[in-house]
Amino acid sequence: MTRLAGAGVSPGVGYGPVRRLIRRVPVPPEDACHDGDAAAERARAEAVLERVAADLEARGGEAGGVAKEILFAQAMMARDPDLAASIRELIDGGRSAARAIYDSFAVFREAVARAGGYLAERATDLDDVRDRALLLLQGADGAGAPPPDGNGAGGPYVLVARDLAPADAAVLPPGSVAAFVLEEGGPTSHTAILARAMGVPAVVACRGATRVPEGTAVLVDGTLGEVRVAPSPAEVAAAGERAGRRAARRAASRGPGMTADGRRVALLANIGAPRDVEAAAGCGAEGVGLYRTEFLYLDRRERPPVAEQLGVYREALRAFPGGRVVVRTLDAGADKPLPFLPAVAHEPNPALGRRGLRLLREYPEILHEQLAALAGAAAGAEARLEVMAPMVATVAEAEWFVRACRAAGLPSAGIMIEVPSAALRAGDLARTVDFFSVGTNDLAQYTFAADRELGALHATLDPWHPALLDLIALVADAAARAGRECGVCGEAAADPVLACVLAGLGVSSLSMTPVALPEVRATLARHTFDQCRAAAAAARDAADAAAARSAARSKLPGFGDA
Amino acid sequence: MPERKVTIESEIGLHARPAATFVQTAAQAPIEVTVAKRGGEPVNAKSILSILALDVRQGDTIIIRAEGDGAEELLDRLAAIAAAP
Repeated sequence: MTRLAGAGVSPGVGYGPVRRLIRRVPVPPEDACHDGDAAAERARAEAVLERVAADLEARGGEAGGVAKEILFAQAMMARDPDLAASIRELIDGGRSAARAIYDSFAVFREAVARAGGYLAERATDLDDVRDRALLLLQGADGAGAPPPDGNGAGGPYVLVARDLAPADAAVLPPGSVAAFVLEEGGPTSHTAILARAMGVPAVVACRGATRVPEGTAVLVDGTLGEVRVAPSPAEVAAAGERAGRRAARRAASRGPGMTADGRRVALLANIGAPRDVEAAAGCGAEGVGLYRTEFLYLDRRERPPVAEQLGVYREALRAFPGGRVVVRTLDAGADKPLPFLPAVAHEPNPALGRRGLRLLREYPEILHEQLAALAGAAAGAEARLEVMAPMVATVAEAEWFVRACRAAGLPSAGIMIEVPSAALRAGDLARTVDFFSVGTNDLAQYTFAADRELGALHATLDPWHPALLDLIALVADAAARAGRECGVCGEAAADPVLACVLAGLGVSSLSMTPVALPEVRATLARHTFDQCRAAAAAARDAADAAAARSAARSKLPGFGDA
Repeated sequence: MPERKVTIESEIGLHARPAATFVQTAAQAPIEVTVAKRGGEPVNAKSILSILALDVRQGDTIIIRAEGDGAEELLDRLAAIAAAP
């Protein structure tokens, strides 16, 4: 039995045969011709490309975030007018739709691949669009295209790949995949985030995974970051029991989040649209710890009316009577241009540019309207509404935001801690604001000077890194001294082991993708606050992320049989 | 034909998000718009693939041309997107 080690990025156990994600899209023969009806053939080609575009957009819209941006760019490629013209011309010359599509993509592919670098990546995107179109033409279902549907006879499989594009992860039919195992990728990679959102166990950065032969049974533990190749029946049974115990614990874990000895850690949900509210409540969230409000603003010609915003906020408040809903004000930047603002000048580094609160200070009317809508929604609500600003670096910025909230009549005004300067001077900020919420994804990006958007740097952005844990400890301590709440709302909170460490650092609430809530709740409930503190101290004593992870786990006995 | 000459200052050239914004803006206009590198053949400004393949880099000068209703305003907007550092 071989055991492969990687990073567990999405909890749970999956068992099944390996399906390696290697696309087999047959190349249409060079002499493939249609039967003479060029108009019908053109219509077929146009229809499949439109279906591919619409499908990419639909999946992107569903997935949201970064996946959406990538998939929308691919949809633009599928709808490209010059590509369409080339396909039409080739079909008029007698070629089949499949071959015309194949040849037309090849022309553009060659042109973009020649430039290398960034454009070479676009060539991969382009291939992906082409393959989806060809598979559709050959009668394959669009969604079932590259990875097969595991709901059929073979049952769920373990998807093994070098890396997995968000487009591929986003098109997997629910229930198809028992687990993801990726040779590359990191804990904050898009696939890790998507896997957690899908509730599929996942192990990334797993060396040797793609050398496991197709069809080999593997046992994947997404909590421990372990892959066992060809496990014995006893091991599978034991893992199944373990998973069953975990599931039972998850199911049994109800009520507010707390450690075994009763220290409260509020468990909240990250949401980004009204449709997420129900899922959050269904997973037992005590409220919303991060309501991203960008959906109200993007793709609009005019600013969203106050009345419309008010309705959206009120809906979220209604779902959590007695709980709390933390709304983040608009977080836009040069990478998310808003049509109703004067064209934002291109910025070479949007992550370091005029974004978040900085942008709102330039266009205060946007913030004032949003705060007015929030104040309106808060009036008479049974849930507590709290408001926080993104991308705050200085006390002056925080003061400006708090004044605006007070002027609008909002009693609780906090800030995201995403910038190292804010973490380092959290003591000053704690005197100004009502609460902190640490955004670990951006805090990691700025701490390690590693762009979140660059796949090659994902491994650098490990939330387990002691540098990040030190900053969070600083923030939590400053908050505690000032009697303020300090939450964490990054993906770090969704890792059950890391959640214990964060609790041990003194974090008072954890906000995460809703599907991760039950596992985190159950894990916290099995450990005392002292154990969490010991795990946090051990992690901070380590020199790197991997050592921190294993040091923390050694202090958490509840993971022994996890 | 109305045109704008723009020298690209952005480090990544007319690629990635600037290219997407440029093409989306052009595609919304009901008139034809082209982009050419100095001395090169014009390509369709509404085609993301043609724009990417044009491979406009920092320091390159492009000529954007359009004719018809709203051409001047459209050219101003496209030039602003392309000229952004």
